[in-house]
Amino acid sequence: MSKALLIKNGIVYDPLNGIDGERMDIAVKNGVIVEDVSGKDIEVIDASGMIVMPGGVDIHAHIAGSEVDAGRLLRPEDHIKDVEPKTPYTRSGVGYSVPSTWTTGYRYVRMGYTTVMNPSMPPLEARHTHEELNDTPIIDKATYPLLGDSWFVLEFLSRDMIEECAAFVAWMIKATKGYAIKLVNPGGLETWGFGGNVESIDDQVPYFNITPREIIRGLCKVNKLLNLPHTIHVHTNNLGKPGNYLTAIRTMDCVKDLADGERAIHVTHCQFSSFKGVDWATMESGADAIARYVNMHDHVTIDMGQVIFTDTTTMTADGPFQYGLHLLTGNKWVNHDVETETSSGIVPFRYRPKSIVHAVQWCIGLELALLIKEPWKVFVSTDHPNGGPFFKYPDVISWLMSEKARKTVMKKMRKAALKRTTLPSIDREYTFYEVAIATRAGPAKALGLENKGHLGVGAIADIAIYAINPENVNPSRDYKLIRNAFSRAAYTIKSGEIVVKDGKVVGYAQGKTYWVDVEISDEAMETIKMLGEVFKQYYTVEFENYPIPEDYLAASHRIPRKSGI
Amino acid sequence: MVTVSSVVCPVCGCLCDDLEVEIENGRIIAVRNACSVGEAKFLNYWKHRNKPMVRKNGELIEVSIDEAIRKAAEILAEAKYPILYGWSSTTCEAIKVGLELAEELGGVIDNTATVCHGPSLLAIQDVGYPGFTLGQSRHRFDLVIYWGSNPWSAHFRDLDRYSAFSEGRFQISAWRRAFAKVYARIAAKKMNAASKRTAAKYAVSPPFGSELVDTLLREDRKLVVVDVRRTATAFKADYFLQVKPNKDFELLQAFRVLVKDGELDVDEVAGVPVELMEEVVDVMINCRVGVLYFGVGLTMSKGKIRNIEAAINLTKELNARTKFHILPMRGHYNVTGANVVFAWTTGFPYAVDFSHGYPYYNPGETSVVDILCRGETDASLVIASDPVANFPKKAVKEMVSNPLIAIDPAPTPTTLMADVVIPAAYAGIEAPGTAYRMDHVPISLRKVVEPPPGCIPDEVIVKRILNEVRRLRRG
Amino acid sequence: MVGIKVKLVTGRSLYQGTYKEKGKTSDEYIRVVSECQMDPEDMRKLGIREGEPVRVKTAYGSVVLRAVKTPEGPHPGVIFIPYGPWANVVVNPETHGTGMPSYKGVDAEVEPAPGEKVLDLVELLKSTYRRQ
Repeated sequence: MSKALLIKNGIVYDPLNGIDGERMDIAVKNGVIVEDVSGKDIEVIDASGMIVMPGGVDIHAHIAGSEVDAGRLLRPEDHIKDVEPKTPYTRSGVGYSVPSTWTTGYRYVRMGYTTVMNPSMPPLEARHTHEELNDTPIIDKATYPLLGDSWFVLEFLSRDMIEECAAFVAWMIKATKGYAIKLVNPGGLETWGFGGNVESIDDQVPYFNITPREIIRGLCKVNKLLNLPHTIHVHTNNLGKPGNYLTAIRTMDCVKDLADGERAIHVTHCQFSSFKGVDWATMESGADAIARYVNMHDHVTIDMGQVIFTDTTTMTADGPFQYGLHLLTGNKWVNHDVETETSSGIVPFRYRPKSIVHAVQWCIGLELALLIKEPWKVFVSTDHPNGGPFFKYPDVISWLMSEKARKTVMKKMRKAALKRTTLPSIDREYTFYEVAIATRAGPAKALGLENKGHLGVGAIADIAIYAINPENVNPSRDYKLIRNAFSRAAYTIKSGEIVVKDGKVVGYAQGKTYWVDVEISDEAMETIKMLGEVFKQYYTVEFENYPIPEDYLAASHRIPRKSGI
Repeated sequence: MVTVSSVVCPVCGCLCDDLEVEIENGRIIAVRNACSVGEAKFLNYWKHRNKPMVRKNGELIEVSIDEAIRKAAEILAEAKYPILYGWSSTTCEAIKVGLELAEELGGVIDNTATVCHGPSLLAIQDVGYPGFTLGQSRHRFDLVIYWGSNPWSAHFRDLDRYSAFSEGRFQISAWRRAFAKVYARIAAKKMNAASKRTAAKYAVSPPFGSELVDTLLREDRKLVVVDVRRTATAFKADYFLQVKPNKDFELLQAFRVLVKDGELDVDEVAGVPVELMEEVVDVMINCRVGVLYFGVGLTMSKGKIRNIEAAINLTKELNARTKFHILPMRGHYNVTGANVVFAWTTGFPYAVDFSHGYPYYNPGETSVVDILCRGETDASLVIASDPVANFPKKAVKEMVSNPLIAIDPAPTPTTLMADVVIPAAYAGIEAPGTAYRMDHVPISLRKVVEPPPGCIPDEVIVKRILNEVRRLRRG
Repeated sequence: MVGIKVKLVTGRSLYQGTYKEKGKTSDEYIRVVSECQMDPEDMRKLGIREGEPVRVKTAYGSVVLRAVKTPEGPHPGVIFIPYGPWANVVVNPETHGTGMPSYKGVDAEVEPAPGEKVLDLVELLKSTYRRQ
């Protein structure tokens, strides 16, 4: 067991406990934060003049699974330019936009991130996701099964059989060791099985007598019935299309009445769903409209999906969208239609500041974060690797904290682009407290991770210490120092183990895979048995071979929930 | 007697998971639902098994397994640039350890894709890959093309589990139209004349598996086969195109021209009359969802990676007119898994060199056949593969002139030539683990019986070798 | 003896697959991978009958196999040898920078080999690689 730690004298930001830059000691024992430590064998970290925050929580990054691995395989050219040699503490590997799994874990902890959510898992291929997560070192992780186009879900919801659908979803989450319900272009992926797509949330999905609105609402009801820790996690229809901000708002609005005073929906990588205009020539930012809606409604959370100007790889479950991107760019294209469930697509993509559209996209991500008043509703992400690689998060932090940093980037853009967004006129700058919410406390709360994202007693000892002194530094002016400090954590502690010192990996901790085990009644199990009998008609694998046993996970963290069925 | 159902068959890329085995006295005595190759494996696995052996004075002598593992570790620890080859007929768990061993040794690790679908992977890296999982084939596809692949010989149950003869959710009703009848008669006349003309020049098989007019009228699933000989699959096909050996590239490119409504100035391409090609292209464009399954007929003949690129580009271009997919027919039951595990660990699917301390990939340079032919290696470990039987003579000569370690459940030409033989348990029968079907769906292999005494799972063998190598190197 | 020029294709066959599961040192497997499937017209040209030995020569090696009538004809000018140690004596190791040797479409010459023996596995390995 790890010995006791005492982090002395750091400047602590712990928003979930209301701590905003107080000088405090943090004590750790047996992997959790405790009131105090005493005795001889205590390792002391002198955090004077340094920021102490909970370890970062990434609510949405494609790091493991069939889609990600296909991206890795597709792009040897991405890897050759960015290699990681073996060290006494680390396996070798490669980057850049689709890093190998060992490198992924190390690069996250070097930034002080300790929990990452893999958002797109085709349930049929769940074993692949978990094998890769098993080989993603140190960080805690979880993954979201794609359920928005599952034939069983569509059939139950089209007949309004919510409880039966809930039983199926509970079984699916347990069988695939998942954490939350993921929807991607709901209805669109089934339509893509025959080469089509849906264009609005009220389009009929061919053969299934259901609309995306009904899928979203149905799964929202299921989510509540099952008492899952997170809300439904939605990649909207019409992603990446000029004018799609209306789809995003309608998507958020369509579950408003189901909220019951709580959060009901998380719209992910919202930047890609915030376009105004009718075509690429007239495309402009719809972030102000989205922000206005989010400001007026408390049932929604989003993450940014910030663009980075670099050569990256787009990969989503949105098969038709990815095909469209292939036609747009002519770049090589991978497609993978998963039977009975979902699809995926991969296309390399370079974002350029001189492109008007890309520049507007870059602005949109930041507009969303800056125009939404409540920091607990909007989280930092790049939809890695779709907007850019995750190790660019420190850049995003510097842009949030410094108008000057934003202006430096905007100088590279054409005036025509800047006219299409309100970003040049925004002078708000995030404080360290708000950064802590956007990168740790906020996502942890939205995910329902009770012992993460904060530094109170009982929390898992996931702690990041950054070599930057809020009393001496003006983030607005010295944004480069901010960026550098957040790129190389002075210390990263994972479950009480010091795993990073000065931006280098120096230790190891076993990261756990979190998954939700919803308890359902015997009656609900009857539904599952019935599905088992028709399973072979739907799938090409046997019902008995579909679920994953718990010992498949290298380190399982089971979260039991009681449900309403 | 015990019956176990939902057993996964560890032979080919189909990875059928609906087998039933009967076990008596710790041995499998009957198996149901398997094809003849799967059945042969389940009924014969126990017959010829290896014992641990080390070559002393030119002879293979039986030793303890500990001694064999130690000798293997010694050979590898001393080598400057060892090859770790095979990996396609074992579990992902074993492959993971193999990669760790290769990284520790600073050697080269490669899997059987290097002599099979390596060119397909190279082509995918150039142009992409519109793919799917096999259930889609069963439910949606109404056109199935096999090019340079003969599932009847290597993926026997593919046809009725997943493709041409399977049953799925979306069935097109057979509905005859008068217009279709007229058209069919005209088209049949044209193609019969064309094939007579070709037959006058050289002997070829008839291009139609069944009565042509029937084929043209049927609105349900169609099957097309392209191959250099009339394979058993071709007998069942609605259209059979006999392509001249080494001319697949020309034929694929000609198809691309026709798909884009271009015209061909010649009468035939690669031995196939243009009228027949035009008819097949018509079927391709008018299908609802089609698929091009291809095999080593394309990867191994002239053109290699360019053949696959052409096939993938053809598929991509068909997506502008209808929905189309492509899939390489992977031979071994976990070669896909080998590519997958290699890719997530190193970024690259095969031919990975660790001599710099980080993964480096350059097939042609870091692929084992090339390394062997250039004489650049000084030891090999072969696991779950038989390169002495499968590599060209020049490569084998080099391999056997250096110390050779073979890990295999049964005797093979490779174990006969090895310096160390380590007996393994059969994955999927005597040891559990994960394997990936040729469409990338992971399925858990089961352990249904105990291995014979002294035979241990590959994963354990490689782990023990790794630990011993570390002990030797670090003291 | 006068031979004919052909294209050599090597590959899988159902029997090669089935018998390899019976054992790669089993008689059935050895028999299947030491045969050369030929078009009946070509066999007639060479004056050989089913089961008689033929020698296949390429720029890379030469080996004696048992001629059998192809089940997948007609394909005059093309011979087929199932994957295995015999096929690999004569295929082209050149990978053209792709890592993949040329197993199919190799230029070859076939001639009758009267009186010559089709070796068994151990004999073939010994004579080709000079090791037990």
